[in-house]
Amino acid sequence: MLAAFDNKKLYSNRSRLFGVLLLCVLISMSMIGWAMNVDPAEQNLSAVLMPPGAEYWLGSDHYGRNMFARLSEALRLSLSLAIICVLSASTIGCILGVIAGWYGRWLDNGLNIIVNILLAMPGLVFVLLFAALVPGSFTAIYIAIALVQWVEYFRVSRSLTQSLANSPEIQNALLLGFGRVYIFRHHLWPTLRSPVLTMAAFGAANAVLYMASLGFVYVGIQPPTSELGQMIVELFPYYGDAPWLLLQPLTMLALIVLAFHLIAGDKR
Amino acid sequence: MGQLIYNRILQLLAVVFGVGALTFVLMRSLPGDMAFRIASSRYGQDNVSAEAAEYIRQELNLNQSGISSFFSWLIDLAQFNLGNSLVSGQPVSDIVSHQLGHSVMLAVAGLALSVLIAFPLGLASVKWQKWFEPVAVVFSIAVRALPVFVIGLIFILMFALYWQWLPVAGFDTPQHLILPTLTLAIALAATSNRIVASSTRQVLRAPFYQFSMMKGLSPLRTFQRHGVRNILLPVVAFIGIQFITVIEGIVMIESLFSWPGVGHGLAHAIFARDIPVIQGTALCLGVMFVMLNTVVDLLCYWIDPRIKEEQ
Repeated sequence: MLAAFDNKKLYSNRSRLFGVLLLCVLISMSMIGWAMNVDPAEQNLSAVLMPPGAEYWLGSDHYGRNMFARLSEALRLSLSLAIICVLSASTIGCILGVIAGWYGRWLDNGLNIIVNILLAMPGLVFVLLFAALVPGSFTAIYIAIALVQWVEYFRVSRSLTQSLANSPEIQNALLLGFGRVYIFRHHLWPTLRSPVLTMAAFGAANAVLYMASLGFVYVGIQPPTSELGQMIVELFPYYGDAPWLLLQPLTMLALIVLAFHLIAGDKR
Repeated sequence: MGQLIYNRILQLLAVVFGVGALTFVLMRSLPGDMAFRIASSRYGQDNVSAEAAEYIRQELNLNQSGISSFFSWLIDLAQFNLGNSLVSGQPVSDIVSHQLGHSVMLAVAGLALSVLIAFPLGLASVKWQKWFEPVAVVFSIAVRALPVFVIGLIFILMFALYWQWLPVAGFDTPQHLILPTLTLAIALAATSNRIVASSTRQVLRAPFYQFSMMKGLSPLRTFQRHGVRNILLPVVAFIGIQFITVIEGIVMIESLFSWPGVGHGLAHAIFARDIPVIQGTALCLGVMFVMLNTVVDLLCYWIDPRIKEEQ
């Protein structure tokens, strides 16, 4: 309760709430598109570049495909990528980080070498290399992004665990005979939780950006599946005839990233 | 100092090995017969025949087993022999060294401009906290929510297509450099102006700063003698962290503006499945990243003498 009176806290909670609301709107938009049961790849060449209207809620693109259906498909793709990337990267990173920080020794050394190799490579270049391996594959993009992102969770959870492992409360709990899992849940996780959640939100935003960037240089998800970056490239030539079409994927992309950034808060 | 450079050299070796091993695995695991694939990218899809594939197999020594070719590849790499492009047949080192100049020009210009934008923004939002700071914060949040290629796209729409002040893409005249540089600089400054602001605020509040004001130095002189260096330190360290954004930004911005640099080369090579060029450009970007970080380490070392004493 007291925290609510702290001005700064209130502000950050409010922006966080706004981020969650924005995310909910985006998710429900992607779900409505799913429920409508319109094929996003269905062409109607007698109704191309339509403005928003009753039949085409957000207009239609240069092949007469329903923009709303396409946008919601792209949203589903981006959001599901973000979710599975964050889940797998954070789980693997945190578990390895805690183990390395707690047990140390050869495991710590070995993992640190791998981490240093990964850190020396810019993430996008790594993801691009993987995309070259299996072009147009969602799984390859997912694995590459997860491989780039677990490092951050690993480093933070490792250093936090290291500083906590020798603390009196954990030593005490060990002496009292509590199991490692109990200690993790009651002593480590409360400290790890907040930075991990912040990293997860930034990580989700980055995953979405990576996929859009791949689509933008045309090595990401291949047509006819709609993906935000690729839609931007496809619609760019029509910006003069139908600026509202180009604006839609741009806005969607910005809104997803903004929502995750707001949820993450101001810490960086 | 020695330790610092030693660590960076180890990291450099790690990058070379990491990128190299990854592209090697890539080369081996792509679906289809490698000789046929190379033949089709070299002579076009319609001109591939068994003889052409056999010729390429002989020429590139593709009959070796996996391990022996890994070692011969490793030896080539150690001699900086990156092979020839599968598409054009030119040596990769020529292609990459030609591209590198353009990339470095873009990176340096972008970084310099971003510093020129970030410092006034950051300092102004400390000076006029009431009305200017919210503006700067909203600007930063908005720009950070946009991927860098969207920023570039907006600039193209505005400056090149709507007002037609500047060329859309290419690299003939100095004017072609303006939009890519501006895009990179804005993307970088969106975050670093916040760091400048918080760092400045911290220094202005610090006891040593208050004391030097109290002993009678003018505000300007205090700022010069006691402010600048202390403000600079976290900012320079942060610019080091931002190099990820620079490298990633270069890949996207060069592709968008058809700027003939390494990032553009990488995107094109991936599109054409030209693996020696992929390897060369990715290596180049990785090495560039480690080098830039080393420069920042040395800069921090030079700005803050305390690091010297620690060692």
